[in-house]
Amino acid sequence: MLNRSFFLSKLALGALFSVALVLGACSEEEKTALSSEPIIHGEEPGAPETFELSNGMQVVVIPDRRAPVVTHMVWYRVGAADEPEGMSGVAHFLEHLMFKGTETIPPGELSKIVARNGGQDNAFTSSDFTAYFQRVAIDRLPLVMEMEADRMSNLVLTDAEVMPERDVVLEERSMRVDNNPRSLLSEKINQALFPVHPYGTPVIGWEREIAALSTENAIAFYDRFYTPNNAILIVAGDITAAELQPLAEKYYGSIERRADTPPRVRETSVGPDGPLRVEHADQRVRQATVQRQYRVPSYRNAPGLDSEAMDVLATLLGGSATSRLYRNLVVGSRVAANAGSWYSGTALDDATLGIYAIPAPGHTIADVEAALDAEIAAFIEEGVSQEDVDRTVNLLLAEAIYARDDQQDMARIYGVALTTGGTVQDVLDWPDNLRKVTPDDVMAAAKKYLDLSRSVTGILKPAGDI
Amino acid sequence: MFMQITKSLAVMGSVAIGTLTLGATPPAFAATEIQEVTSPGGITAWLVEEHSLPFVVIEAAWENGTLQDPEDKAGLTYMMAGLMNEGAGDLESQAFQGELERLAANLSFRASRDRLSLSFKTLTENREEAVELLRFALTEPRFDQGPIEQIRGQLKVAILRDAESPDKIAADAWYSTALADHPYTRPSKGTLDSIATLGRDDLIAHRERLFAKDNVNIAVVGDIGPEALSELLDDVFGGLSDATPLEEVALAEVNPEAQLQIIERNMPQSVVLFGHAGIAREDDDFIPAYVMNYILGGGGFSSRLMTEVREKRGLAYSVATYLYPLRHAALFIGQVATENERVSESLDVIRAEIARLAAEGVTEKELADAKTYLTGSYPLRFDTNDKIAGQLIAIQEADLGIDYITRRNGLIEAVTQDDIKRVAKRLLGPENLIVTVVGQPEGLEAN
Repeated sequence: MLNRSFFLSKLALGALFSVALVLGACSEEEKTALSSEPIIHGEEPGAPETFELSNGMQVVVIPDRRAPVVTHMVWYRVGAADEPEGMSGVAHFLEHLMFKGTETIPPGELSKIVARNGGQDNAFTSSDFTAYFQRVAIDRLPLVMEMEADRMSNLVLTDAEVMPERDVVLEERSMRVDNNPRSLLSEKINQALFPVHPYGTPVIGWEREIAALSTENAIAFYDRFYTPNNAILIVAGDITAAELQPLAEKYYGSIERRADTPPRVRETSVGPDGPLRVEHADQRVRQATVQRQYRVPSYRNAPGLDSEAMDVLATLLGGSATSRLYRNLVVGSRVAANAGSWYSGTALDDATLGIYAIPAPGHTIADVEAALDAEIAAFIEEGVSQEDVDRTVNLLLAEAIYARDDQQDMARIYGVALTTGGTVQDVLDWPDNLRKVTPDDVMAAAKKYLDLSRSVTGILKPAGDI
Repeated sequence: MFMQITKSLAVMGSVAIGTLTLGATPPAFAATEIQEVTSPGGITAWLVEEHSLPFVVIEAAWENGTLQDPEDKAGLTYMMAGLMNEGAGDLESQAFQGELERLAANLSFRASRDRLSLSFKTLTENREEAVELLRFALTEPRFDQGPIEQIRGQLKVAILRDAESPDKIAADAWYSTALADHPYTRPSKGTLDSIATLGRDDLIAHRERLFAKDNVNIAVVGDIGPEALSELLDDVFGGLSDATPLEEVALAEVNPEAQLQIIERNMPQSVVLFGHAGIAREDDDFIPAYVMNYILGGGGFSSRLMTEVREKRGLAYSVATYLYPLRHAALFIGQVATENERVSESLDVIRAEIARLAAEGVTEKELADAKTYLTGSYPLRFDTNDKIAGQLIAIQEADLGIDYITRRNGLIEAVTQDDIKRVAKRLLGPENLIVTVVGQPEGLEAN
């Protein structure tokens, strides 16, 4: 057994008092809101449990009793793809501003309170979701729930706090994108793949538009999307639904709905009218790369088992050291120093299937691109064996078992699924669905989705190279 | 859906603060759980049994690394690590990788300056077969010519990519300025010229020299008991040589003079490294220094530098300082990235904060807050099998003792304001910072 009390005794009382003082003002109403009866999805230890609060907030619990710690996350069904026209970056900007205080917690204090309680916190934004999390000892869970619930409806923003944070975000963009030629190429590829759909806009935003964001823009976005019926609570770790339910009702159940859940309908069909090519030549680049991305359906909008088939396809084509691209281009002809493929299947709208190759010393971009084309053509011609598919499926299933080691990864898996149109059951069904994929399914997916007319080929090269 | 999610998170790239990076110390609740297992053949490992998930993790780390590269063969250790799972015994590279995949086992080798290590993971149901592959890789790697050329090509690509990275350019330059011609300044991956000369004979000799029984630390976590482990240890590690002499590496002297070095690159934002000598892990003042660094720049949003540089002035997305107690050098290094026009201002703020801490120490409240974080977050380092294995290795490497986990928080609790004042005065030198800037900083002049 793990010794839980050891940790509790190590947390200084001083920290508890200061937290209690800060929070004293906001623990006023304790009206008991009802919630639905928890459902256990499966019989194995660690099976997820779900229930829903009366205000529409969904709750997922993923028990993992190995250590007396929990990962507490709140996910909002809103991301960069839900931003108003011309306000790119506001979803991510608001994510930063959520640390700038409420009526009861001063700016910047939330993270410090978490730290004083031996916890870690952070947040992240994608095109389809925004999520906030804390990792704490189990006895600190009520504290972080109270603070997370507080900032769902009581955020206070002033220009004095917001404007320096906008500079921070501009520095973040410089660091992640403008200082990195590979990120600049990715922006160009996304724009070409999604010429009308908001997935073509970078999550962090365009520099010009970030620089124009205002406090009012952030507040308007917050008021529209940060409401309990648009949020999901996920707690993974040393807890069960029965233990969490009273806390969830107390802290989150009393939050009023502030808006209806907005429909998330975005343009879905336009572009790319391929095959398209984009290039980024940069004097900072020393090593060229070729990649091609195909715009394909995601787990949410793909028919039948097409997404599962694309997972298998991407893995056996280029997801391991014995995959076709690696075996033939890196080990065999040695035209490439590295080569591979991937399927990013979790998205509310379309997803991407990609292949890439890095020319080996002495070979050109044209060499590896021709070799990639030849491999894809030969793959479609030759097909795959049952044995190849079985081995690939086993590999993916093992990764799913290994993922259970990390409560944070498990919470993320469910969070991503639930904010991109999936359900808890979809995650649980994934291994069985994967087992149903046949060689014919894989080849049908390859023929259907490795479609040049839906592709963008991106070249990164040193400036001056031809 | 599983693997893909991990990828999309990795590229999502919009996190509010960087992960908190903590130094070289370990855990607390696995304490009662660690068993020391010694095999009949005399191989010792630390074991934490965890049977709720059907797999086991094995980590082994040798106390050597790329510093052991012969002077004219830079990159040899790194290259060797890349080749250790490229075929072994009677299985050529593709056959070997195919077997690993059939068994869904993960095996990788890594080399850093002070460490050569392997990470292995297998499902319980495939353990016997997968462990056999591990034994092969460790004791009978083939080093065939095909994989050698392939890995050499990948190394070249990695070297070229490093030359693109402002962080790596800054780090290489900083180490060269700080440590003169100490082996730590040699490129771990080698150079385009040096790796061109490395051959099969070099690799064979180097493997026999580096992988010995007398300088390895082993941690095993997961679905296995001590008896089975004992047998496994002899199977896997029994074939290694007992001991081999390693190259003596001198303790590095850190340049005591202030330096300002500018490496011009056409970028909107400058990457800045700053620092000077640090403190050794075995120094009695290491723990107070560690707490001090948390307050100065190690503590994410809670640090003084983050408050002054990011929160108050919006100068940078992140700023952080670290203590690096390397095996042969003790360093204190900080990093910030800020737009070219504001580099000078950022450095002024950072210098002023270092000077203030050196002169005044920390407040009672800062110390109390640091302690509650550092002690309270300790269990977060032990919530996965992988992390536990990593912590067990770190404790063994630093020779802290198998009971360290139970003692560690007490050591943090015992730190006083006076301790921090003493160590800050001893360690911090705002006037002696070695500063490397990569970018086009305005209003700064190199010396």
